[in-house]
Amino acid sequence: MQTTITGKAYVLGDNVDTDQIIPAQYLTYNPSLPEEYKMFGKYALSSVPPAQSGLPKGHVPFHTKDEFLSDYQIIIGGKNFGCGSSREHAPIALDAAGIKCVVAEFYARIFFRNSVNGGYVIPFETPDRLCEQICTGDELNLDVAAGLLTNVTTGEKWKLKPLGEVTPIIDAGGIFSYAKKVGMLKQ
Amino acid sequence: MPAMTMTEKILARHADKASVEPGDNIWVDTDILMTHDVCGPGTIGVFKHHFGNGAKVWDREKVVIIPDHYIFTEDKMANRNVDTLRQFVKEQNLPYYYDVGTDKYKGVCHIALPEEGHTRPGEVLFGTDSHTCTAGAFGEFATGIGNTDAGFVLGTGKLWLKVPPTMRFVFHGDLPPYLMAKDLILAVIGDIGCDGATYKAMEFDGDGVFALNIEERMTLCNMVIEAGGKNGVIAPDQVTLDYVNARNKSKKPYQVVNSDAGAKFCFEKVYDVSKLEPVIAKPHSPDNKATVSEVKGTKLDRAYIGSCTGGKMTDFRAAARILNGHSVKIDTFIVPATSEIAKGLKLESINGQTLEQIFLAAGAKIGEPSCAACLGGPSDTFGRLNTPISCISTTNRNFPGRMGHKEAKVFLASPLTVAASALAGTIADPRDCLQ
Repeated sequence: MQTTITGKAYVLGDNVDTDQIIPAQYLTYNPSLPEEYKMFGKYALSSVPPAQSGLPKGHVPFHTKDEFLSDYQIIIGGKNFGCGSSREHAPIALDAAGIKCVVAEFYARIFFRNSVNGGYVIPFETPDRLCEQICTGDELNLDVAAGLLTNVTTGEKWKLKPLGEVTPIIDAGGIFSYAKKVGMLKQ
Repeated sequence: MPAMTMTEKILARHADKASVEPGDNIWVDTDILMTHDVCGPGTIGVFKHHFGNGAKVWDREKVVIIPDHYIFTEDKMANRNVDTLRQFVKEQNLPYYYDVGTDKYKGVCHIALPEEGHTRPGEVLFGTDSHTCTAGAFGEFATGIGNTDAGFVLGTGKLWLKVPPTMRFVFHGDLPPYLMAKDLILAVIGDIGCDGATYKAMEFDGDGVFALNIEERMTLCNMVIEAGGKNGVIAPDQVTLDYVNARNKSKKPYQVVNSDAGAKFCFEKVYDVSKLEPVIAKPHSPDNKATVSEVKGTKLDRAYIGSCTGGKMTDFRAAARILNGHSVKIDTFIVPATSEIAKGLKLESINGQTLEQIFLAAGAKIGEPSCAACLGGPSDTFGRLNTPISCISTTNRNFPGRMGHKEAKVFLASPLTVAASALAGTIADPRDCLQ
């Protein structure tokens, strides 16, 4: 696992479902093919209603400089992030857009599993309502081992919840590497 | 041994443990793995990447592949994905594949699974689709997973799970003729919220549940994911067993599992179904509950009856009761979930008119069995909301963009309420049509 994650925040609200993260019309791309994987980055978050895109102001585009990669590296969400459809294309879309981690109050379970087991983005949980305290565009620094999130722009700091029992899977890089490490699968 | 809920008992048995407790992380054995055209290609990619191009699936009798999402479309990528499934089935010589363009084609996977005898009490079913929870209606543990997890299962037959605590929802009383299982589950989701059951099992119990037919029980379990539930489950009774035994593939043996007396539930809520009203979920969340009477008269542009949760025979029978002899005022789309249901529309009749004749005479359009516009899909999908219109639908989700255009408004309701609204052109109460 990376020891420090830095980047610009893109802030979303509560109940961001996987149809908003990657609309169904783009699920025809096959994420196992590298040239199609990057297309998920292009359409990531494309069904988030404009007023909810990049809080607190809203109407902030997720991409401006690059067609595939977002200008932002860390997603801040509210409650129940990633609810709805089981599509693994959702954490894939965030990963393909260059997102390194999501920090939300809690996750819908399939999105959480897919993020961890596929090794796409690290789903951190926060006891604080950061989606109302961090602004889109703020520079963030996350000390992963200490679970300490710093808003470099404002100087504020927050302690995140420990990753807990999924840490060994995240450390290994996903469920396959973890299963090999613990001897469940042959190397 | 401590008393366990049926979800705990099924998981313990599949982990080869005498007992489990909520919060335990366990590896469980899989009875059936289901995938479809949207997540199948990714799953196959994960499997081949990690186990090798020449690797064989762990048990070909336990893999079921059902193309259903993007079927009747000119979209080249969507058709390519079905070819990917076809190729894999050939390589692996899989017996349970329901191919497009053949007489084996079924349609929506969650209805095709039980129709084709792949759902049995006491089993563990994983599917690469969040509505896999539908099969909990047969007294099994069924939940949705992603491509990586499914690729792992394809190679090993195993998956790690955290044992969920169980919430219990008890329905008592006689269901009035103007209410359906959809009203019950929308009421539950509205009451506990779209995160109210996150990481939890939802068990449905009470005489009000056991009075429902198997399709209505599937509607209840189908939408537990809309409250964040990991699985929904209903204890098997004679209705379940009659259905399962008539269809069970290869007469595979199974074991009925019930919650123990004294099992611990983390939450309990009791409903008197005789006192409930028709319920609707307003845009843009399935927990945005209102009674139909509160939003009656809201203008609509379209009505849609279909999907795994709202496109079964019971759903069409209900809609036909209301539409029979009348004309719809707005575009109305009928999408049978499976080919078996499509045939049923031609066979079953009310007063000498088949359901199909009733729908066509009312001015509705009937599509081919598939997921169709429930989740938007390619732009040429039957019934897709390509413009920002208002639609009332028997489907299970109304998130922004779910049925197509991200500014379209989707209201979720029972087939009775949707049919009544199709006749009025505005949200209407089925009680006004069922005199």
